[in-house]
Amino acid sequence: MSDIDSLYTEISAAIAAATSEAALEEVRISALGKKGSISEMLKTLGSMSPEERQTKGAAINGLKTRVTDELAARKDVLKEAALEARLASERVDVTLPQRAAPAEMGRIHPIAQVIDELTAIFADMGFSVAEGPDIESDELNFTALNFPLGHPARDMHDTFFFHPDEAGERLLLRTHTSPVQIRTMRSQQPPIRVIIPGRTYRCDSDQTHTPMFHQVEGLVIDKGSHMGHLKWILEEFCKAFFEVKDIKMRFRPSFFPFTEPSMEVDIQCDRSGAEVKFGEGNDWLEILGCGMVHPNVIRNCGLDPDEYQGFAWGMGIDRIAMLKYGMPDLRAFFDADVRWIKHYGFRPLDLPTLFGGLSS
Amino acid sequence: MKFTLSWLKEHLETDATLDQIVERLTMIGLEVEDVTDRAARLAPFKIAKVVSAEQHPNADRLRVLKVDTGSGELLQVVCGAPNARAGLVGVLGKPGDYVPGLDVTLSVGKIRDVESFGMMCSERELELSDEHNGIIDLPEDAPIGMPFAEYMGLGDPVIEIGLTPNRPDCTAVYGIARDLAAAGLGKLKERKHLQIRGSCPCPTNVVLDFGDTPALCKAFGLRLVKGVKNGPSPKWLQDRLVAIGLRPINTLVDITNYMTFDQGRPLHVFDAAKVTGNLVVRRGRAGEEIQGLNGKTYQVDDSICVIADDKGLESLGGILGGEHSGCDETTVDVLIESALWDENGIARTGRKLGVNTDARYRFERGVDPDFMLPGLEMATQMVLDLCGGTPSEVVSVGQVPDTSRIIDFPYREVKRLTGLDLPVPEINLILKSLGFWISGSGETVRVAPPSWRPDIEGKADLAEEVVRIVGLDRVAPTPLPRGGSVGARVLTASQIRRSRARRTLAARGMDEAVTWSFIAKAHAEAFGGGAPELELANPISADMSQMRPSLLPGLIAAAQRNADRGYADVALFEVGQVFLTAREDGQRMVVAGVRRGTAKLAGNGRHWSGSAGSVDVFDAKADAEAVLAAAGAPVDKLQVFTDAPGWLHPGRSGAFKLGPKQTLAVFGEVHPRTLGLMDVAGPLVAFEIYLDAIPEPKAKPTRSKGALDIADLMPVRRDFAFVVDKDLSADKLLKAARGAEKTLIADVNLFDIYEGQGVGDGKKSLAIDVTLQPKDRTLTDEEIDAVAKKIVAAVEKATGGTLRG
Repeated sequence: MSDIDSLYTEISAAIAAATSEAALEEVRISALGKKGSISEMLKTLGSMSPEERQTKGAAINGLKTRVTDELAARKDVLKEAALEARLASERVDVTLPQRAAPAEMGRIHPIAQVIDELTAIFADMGFSVAEGPDIESDELNFTALNFPLGHPARDMHDTFFFHPDEAGERLLLRTHTSPVQIRTMRSQQPPIRVIIPGRTYRCDSDQTHTPMFHQVEGLVIDKGSHMGHLKWILEEFCKAFFEVKDIKMRFRPSFFPFTEPSMEVDIQCDRSGAEVKFGEGNDWLEILGCGMVHPNVIRNCGLDPDEYQGFAWGMGIDRIAMLKYGMPDLRAFFDADVRWIKHYGFRPLDLPTLFGGLSS
Repeated sequence: MKFTLSWLKEHLETDATLDQIVERLTMIGLEVEDVTDRAARLAPFKIAKVVSAEQHPNADRLRVLKVDTGSGELLQVVCGAPNARAGLVGVLGKPGDYVPGLDVTLSVGKIRDVESFGMMCSERELELSDEHNGIIDLPEDAPIGMPFAEYMGLGDPVIEIGLTPNRPDCTAVYGIARDLAAAGLGKLKERKHLQIRGSCPCPTNVVLDFGDTPALCKAFGLRLVKGVKNGPSPKWLQDRLVAIGLRPINTLVDITNYMTFDQGRPLHVFDAAKVTGNLVVRRGRAGEEIQGLNGKTYQVDDSICVIADDKGLESLGGILGGEHSGCDETTVDVLIESALWDENGIARTGRKLGVNTDARYRFERGVDPDFMLPGLEMATQMVLDLCGGTPSEVVSVGQVPDTSRIIDFPYREVKRLTGLDLPVPEINLILKSLGFWISGSGETVRVAPPSWRPDIEGKADLAEEVVRIVGLDRVAPTPLPRGGSVGARVLTASQIRRSRARRTLAARGMDEAVTWSFIAKAHAEAFGGGAPELELANPISADMSQMRPSLLPGLIAAAQRNADRGYADVALFEVGQVFLTAREDGQRMVVAGVRRGTAKLAGNGRHWSGSAGSVDVFDAKADAEAVLAAAGAPVDKLQVFTDAPGWLHPGRSGAFKLGPKQTLAVFGEVHPRTLGLMDVAGPLVAFEIYLDAIPEPKAKPTRSKGALDIADLMPVRRDFAFVVDKDLSADKLLKAARGAEKTLIADVNLFDIYEGQGVGDGKKSLAIDVTLQPKDRTLTDEEIDAVAKKIVAAVEKATGGTLRG
C-alpha cells in the first residue's frame, strides 16, 4: 500500500469517526489545513521531477478531492443530526389548551340579534327604523291611537304611570311601540315605511309576562297600500325570519282600537316535539296583530284618511326570538345569567344579512 | 263565551258539522279557544251495578265490590267511597280508561293486597261537577252497560270562543248564530218580539236619582209577576247552564242566567216580598255596604251605582244582585229588572270592587239598548212558562238612548282598504244579513248599523264587516312595490353607533345583557338619579320603582348574581336608554359595561400560560376607548380627565372628554362605598359611554381615504428617560415629546415607569422611545442630536423634570 492510500484510509476513518461539526473541522485542519497531512504532501510536489509530479501529483490531488468530498458529506450528515437533536429537544405538548380569543367568548343578546335580523329583512323592502322615547304622554300612547277614555288599558292596573306633574298631566311608560306611529306620521310626509323596535312596559309579571318586554311595529302609509300588501309583507317576513321556504299563515279578523279592519295572524307549525317547527305540522300559533290604520288615527296625525291609507302590525321581539331560537322562559331574557347568554347569544361577527343568511 | 252545539242550533238552522262551525267561527273573528266533546271524552265509562260490597280485609275504610258490567262478567273493584253499597248503580271506569278529573289512565291495581280491576267514579273525577263526597249514585232503573255519557245526554259539544271587546252582540248565543248565518253557515231563526199584557200596574215604582251628576243608569224596566212557583229549573235548562260551567240555582235565577247567555241581556230578579217600598237607582254613599249574591260584602261610594229600597241597598246595578232580596224556593212574587247601565261606570265599579260577573262582562261592553224592553218581555214569558204567575204592566223609567246613525258608504271603500273587488250585491247581502239597513243606490249608499253593534262607527268598519264575512283568505297577497333603486342606508347615525359598540364589546369577550329600565330608588340615587319625576306611581315592586339614570346599577347587580351562582369572573355590557329627566330629551343612549374578578381581555382565571390578574382601571379604559373608536369619536382628539363621577374610585378612574365640558365616556374602579351600598363585592371595574355626546363626523365629499404618505427611508429610534414628580400625568410628558418636532417625530412610546432607588423620594422615572421618520433624506448625526435636544428641552419645560443621566 502506498503512503497515499494509507493516508486516505487514515483520514477517511477520522472523518467517519467525527461526531460533531467541531471534531470534523479538526479532521479537516489536520488534513487540509496549512500544516495538514495532505497540504504537506502537496508541498513535496515542487521538489519532484516532472514525470514523477505527473503521476504523484494526480494521485495527491485525487486524494485531496476525495477527502474534501467526504468532509462535505459528513458535514451534511452531522448538520442534519444536530438539527434533529435540536428539534427533538424543542418539542412541546401541543395538546395544551390555549386561551380562547375574546371574540370567541363574547356574545350578543338575542334581542339585539333579532332586531338586526328584522332590520335586514325590512331594509330590503325599503323600510327604515324609527324610534321613540319610553316615557310617553297619555295622548300619544292612548288618545291619538283611538283608545276611548275608560279603556281598561288606561288603568293603573295595566299601565305604569308616573306621578302627576303640577298641571296634573300623568306621564306613563309606553305600553306598546305604537306611539312612534303617531310621532312618525306627524313628523314626516307619506310615503312612510318604517319598523319600530323598542322597549315596552305593562304591569304584568308571571310565568309568561315580564313588566318590560320588546315589541316591533311596522307602519306603511301612502295612497294605495291595502290588506293585500299587508298579507304579502307578513308572509315574506315570516318566511325570511324563520328561514323556511314556505309557511302557511292564517289571518283572523280581530280587534284593536288603532286599526280597522284588524287581524290576528297565526302561523302553521308543529309543536309535537321539543322544538317548534315552522312550515309544517297541524298547529296554529298566534304571532302578531295587524290591520289597516284606523281613520281616526290617520286624522289624529293631521292627514286625511280619505287621501292617505296604510297598515300597521306589531309583535313581540322576545316572543319571536323564543319561537325561532327555542328559549323556554321569557324572564331569563332580563336576568343576565352568563350561562344563558353564552348558550342563547350570538357571536359578535355573525351580523345577520340577507345575502349571507340571517343565522347559521 | 261558552255555549253548546245544540244551544247554537236553537237559533241556527244548519247542516254544518261541528268542525265546519268551529272553523268558520274562527275565520269570522270569533276565535274558538276550546271545544270540549264530553261524550267523546267519557265514551269508555259505562253504567254498572254494585252486586256486593264486602269489607276490605286490610283496610277499615275500603270495600271490595263485585260489579256487574252488563256483559255478564263480575269485576272486582276496591272502593273507598262512603256511599259504595250493594245495589248502587254507578259509573265504572276500566283499566285503560282515561279519567279526566284525575288526569290518569286506569290500570289493574293492587290496593292493600286486594286486586282492583277498575274504578267507580265520582262526578268530579268525570269533570261533571265539584262533587266528590261519594261515587255517582244513579236511579236504580239506569240501564246497566249503557255508555254513561249517552244516558246523561252529554253528547253536546261545548264551544268556547275568545271575544274581542268590540263585539258585545256575540256575548249572546243568538248573536253568534246571526254571524254564522251571515257567513253562509245556515239560517238564523229570528227571535219573536212579544208583548205581554199586564193585569195590573207594577206596584213597585222606580226612580233614577242622580241629581246633577252624570246618570250611571240610562233606563230601567221593571215588572212584577205574582204567584210564581219557584223550584229547580227543568233538566234542559240545567243541562245547558251546567255545560257552560254555571251552577243551577232555581228557576227564576236560572232564567236570568239563561237570558244573559242566550240573548246577551243580563237581568235581575228581586223577591218582591223582600223589597220594601220603591226602588231608587242612585250613586252609593260612603259607609253603605251590600252583601252580594256571591256571599261577599262590598263597600260602595259615590262612583258606584246602586239600587236601594227603603231599607237599604238591594243591588250593585248591572253587576251583582244583593243577597237580601234574592229569589229562592219560597219566592212567590218576583220583580224582574231589565236596565241599561253606563258602560264606563260598570267597568270602573267592577275594577274598583274586583268583581267579575257575566252581567258586568256584557254591560261594560255595551248591551243592545233596543232590546231592553223586548228582553224583559222574553224573560217574563219564560217565567210564565216555567213558574206560572200573573204579570203586571211594565214600569219603565229613563230614556233608552237613540243610537241610530247613518254612515255614508262608498262601495269602493272595500277595495281601497282590502284590495278585494267584490260585487255590490254580495256586499249588500252581507251587510243586510248582519242586520244593517241600506238605502240609496249608486256608488255610495247610506247604511244604518243595528242597535246591537255599538262598534260600527264609519265606512272602515263596514269594510271590515264585509271582508270578515267573505273571509280574509280571499284577500290576495300583493307584492308591495319596490323603490326604483338599490336600497340606501336606512339606519341613523345613532343606530349605527349602537350596533358597532355592541359588536365591539362582544368581540372584546363581553356578554351583552338586557336589564330592567327601572331599578331600586337607592341604587338610582347612588348613580346620580332618583328624581321624583322619574319615580313610578305604581311600580311592580320597590326595587323596580325608579327609572335608571345609568345602566351600571343593573349590570353591577347582574354581575353579583352571576358571582352568587359561582361565576365570579364575568364581563357584561348593555346598550340601552337611561333617563335624566322625564322629558323626551332626557332619555339618552348609553353603552356601559362591567368586568368583575379576573375577567380581563385576554381571558380570565388561572391558566398554564399565565393567570389573569384582577381587573383594573385600564381594562375599563381600554373598553371605553375601543367603543369610542368604533362609534366614530375623534379618538386622536380625546383628552383624559381625572374628574370622574362619585360612584368611581377617585384615584382610579377617569373620563374621556373633548374639552372640559364635553364628556364622552367615564371609566374606572367602582367606588368601594358604592359597592357597599349595593351589597356587592369587587374587584369590579366599569365604564359608561355617552353615545349621544359623540359629535357627528363632518359629512365628507368623497369616500376617498387620501394618498398613502410613506417614506422609503429607515426610521430612527432614540430612548430617553426623565425623572419627574411622582404625581405628574404621563400624558403631559408624552404630549411635550410629541410636540417637540412635529415634522420628524412619528411616534412616542412610554415603555418604562420606575420609582425607587436612584430617582429620589417623590419622583419617578418615565422612559420613552421616540421614532423619527425622515421624509426626503437620511438624517445626519448632528440633525438627530438637535432633535434629541429639542425633545429634552420640551419635556423638561413642560414637566419640570430632568433627563435621567
